[in-house]
Amino acid sequence: MATPIIDIKGLHKQYGTYKAVDNLDLQVQQGEIFGLLGPNGAGKSTTILMMMGLSEASAGHISIAGIDPQRNPIDVKKVIGYLPDNIGFYEQRSGLENLELIGRLNGLSTKETRQRAHLLFEKVGLQNVMNKKVGAYSRGMKQRLGLAETLIKKPKILILDEPTLGLDPNGVKEFLQLIQELNRQDQLTVLLASHHLHQVEEVCNRVGLFVKGKLVAQGTIQQLADQLFAQMNPTVTIETNLTDVPQLENILRSQENVIAVDFNDNRFIIQHTYPNTLPIVEIFVKAHVPIHSLFERTYGLDDIYSFYFKDSNI
Amino acid sequence: MKLKQFFNINTDSMKSMGVLIDKEVSDYIRSKKFIVLLLIVLCTSVASLYSALTTLRHNPPSPDSAQASFFFLQVFTHSDGTLPPFHVFISFLGPLLGICLGFDAINAEYTNRSLTRILAQPIARDGLLNAKFIGALIILVFIFASLICMTVGLAVFWTGLTPSFHECLRLGLFLFVTVAYVGFWLNLALLFSVLWKHPATSALVSIAVWLFFMVFYPMIIGVIAKGMAPGMYASNQEIQSFQNFILSIMRLAPNQLYEDGTLVLLMPKVRSLSPLSMEQMQGAIPTALPVWESVKVVWTQVTALIASTVICFACSYFVFMRREIRA
Repeated sequence: MATPIIDIKGLHKQYGTYKAVDNLDLQVQQGEIFGLLGPNGAGKSTTILMMMGLSEASAGHISIAGIDPQRNPIDVKKVIGYLPDNIGFYEQRSGLENLELIGRLNGLSTKETRQRAHLLFEKVGLQNVMNKKVGAYSRGMKQRLGLAETLIKKPKILILDEPTLGLDPNGVKEFLQLIQELNRQDQLTVLLASHHLHQVEEVCNRVGLFVKGKLVAQGTIQQLADQLFAQMNPTVTIETNLTDVPQLENILRSQENVIAVDFNDNRFIIQHTYPNTLPIVEIFVKAHVPIHSLFERTYGLDDIYSFYFKDSNI
Repeated sequence: MKLKQFFNINTDSMKSMGVLIDKEVSDYIRSKKFIVLLLIVLCTSVASLYSALTTLRHNPPSPDSAQASFFFLQVFTHSDGTLPPFHVFISFLGPLLGICLGFDAINAEYTNRSLTRILAQPIARDGLLNAKFIGALIILVFIFASLICMTVGLAVFWTGLTPSFHECLRLGLFLFVTVAYVGFWLNLALLFSVLWKHPATSALVSIAVWLFFMVFYPMIIGVIAKGMAPGMYASNQEIQSFQNFILSIMRLAPNQLYEDGTLVLLMPKVRSLSPLSMEQMQGAIPTALPVWESVKVVWTQVTALIASTVICFACSYFVFMRREIRA
């Protein structure tokens, strides 16, 4: 395997006694879209700031494309395009001026900046509003302008912190498509921090689950599901139209192959070790309890997420 | 190789500093609050300079009189009684200009959330602070230099006299002290803008400090002086030490330092800022001091002004470099 473009080992960040990031190990390969997934306050943004050299690590080692951001923050910032969450622009200036400022701060000449800016405005679909003041931009437009700003320096790595926050569903879709396109075309490595499971699921090759400063699991979504639910029992949810069936509940509980029964309103949630649902249905039929609906539960990212999230509260 | 690398980094950071300064200056010029304040300062200064010029114009000194050699300096200190002279106006309004330039320098970037975005670019963190400071300083130098130059130009036009090298030198020093004085207030406001997250807080605190020094500080000194005044039959020494004490606490106020400094620089005949005894005056020839001698007289004042400016800047630098960037 090639050396990872992002290589984090044993990273710690402490604010007083509060551990924001706790012994983090993370490797991302070139050309990957990696999703950092976690609830608010899990330490995603802190990790990103440390990767940018904007925040000091308490301990640990980071290497971004072979550069240590804690020692050479300026060099690292040349290869990383960072889109912070809730990005702010100079609202009194036009989109073009904002973009040109960033281009020139990256050491581009005025002419080069202008050329790239025009290309990028076309790429992100803002060519019609580039001379308007940013104050008049919508949330989605600002987000696109932010993306254009990260791209003007031709980065190797793109770090996006909650990029879809506050966008409408259509805007989210377009934005994610744009990111995928960039990843395919330029072999751009993308690190996407988010708490939106489904968006991450859609675009990311691999995800890392972040809880309370720790990376509790990482891998493809399939891998995570396998890891997590290999030892989990199948679960079936059965709805009836009766609300008071203590007898049936007792019968179910007394079965050897039934592990757990949860009954509320008119819905049974049954964990079992049967190869299929037939024996359970038989019990219902014997007890003369009509079945309204039955479905077997499958595991998605939601479950993975809530599993770890629940775990973290213990 | 290493040397070359070193210089490369340097030119890079100089370039991005240039871009940032460029942005700051254009931001200032476009911002409405600055334009409004600038108009107020310009109106009052122009009014005061104009009134001084018109009175002086009607009785210009004859070219060979002793007075004529400092005609151009008089324009800045002369007052016909209706409007205070230029340097008093500046000591009063200059701080407001400095505060206006500095009070939201950093915290506006925080609240606007553009700070992370700028710092995510390959620039050093102190570059931003330096650019804010240098940008504002450039604006100040331009304002005051053009004011002084225009006044001198108008005086030349109206009277036909030309400024001597000596006068130009003194006016240059006057410009320097003025910029240092307004620069102090700029840096104080800059420090407050780093310390507090809301521009309103830093603006109010800066203005409170300004009001304190302008209005309340002289009152407090008045009270102290009244309480400490030596009796009617006090010895000469007692009176002198009392005066010295009052003078030194008065000089804790930056506007006092500025007024002292400009007075000596613009009035070459002033030879001391503390009371002189008759013995000291004896045998002195009533003539103007050379520039360098005047500079020596105000050396402490000007040093104190610059030192307080530097201290404020160092504090903001220290706080800003240690600050977490997270908004």
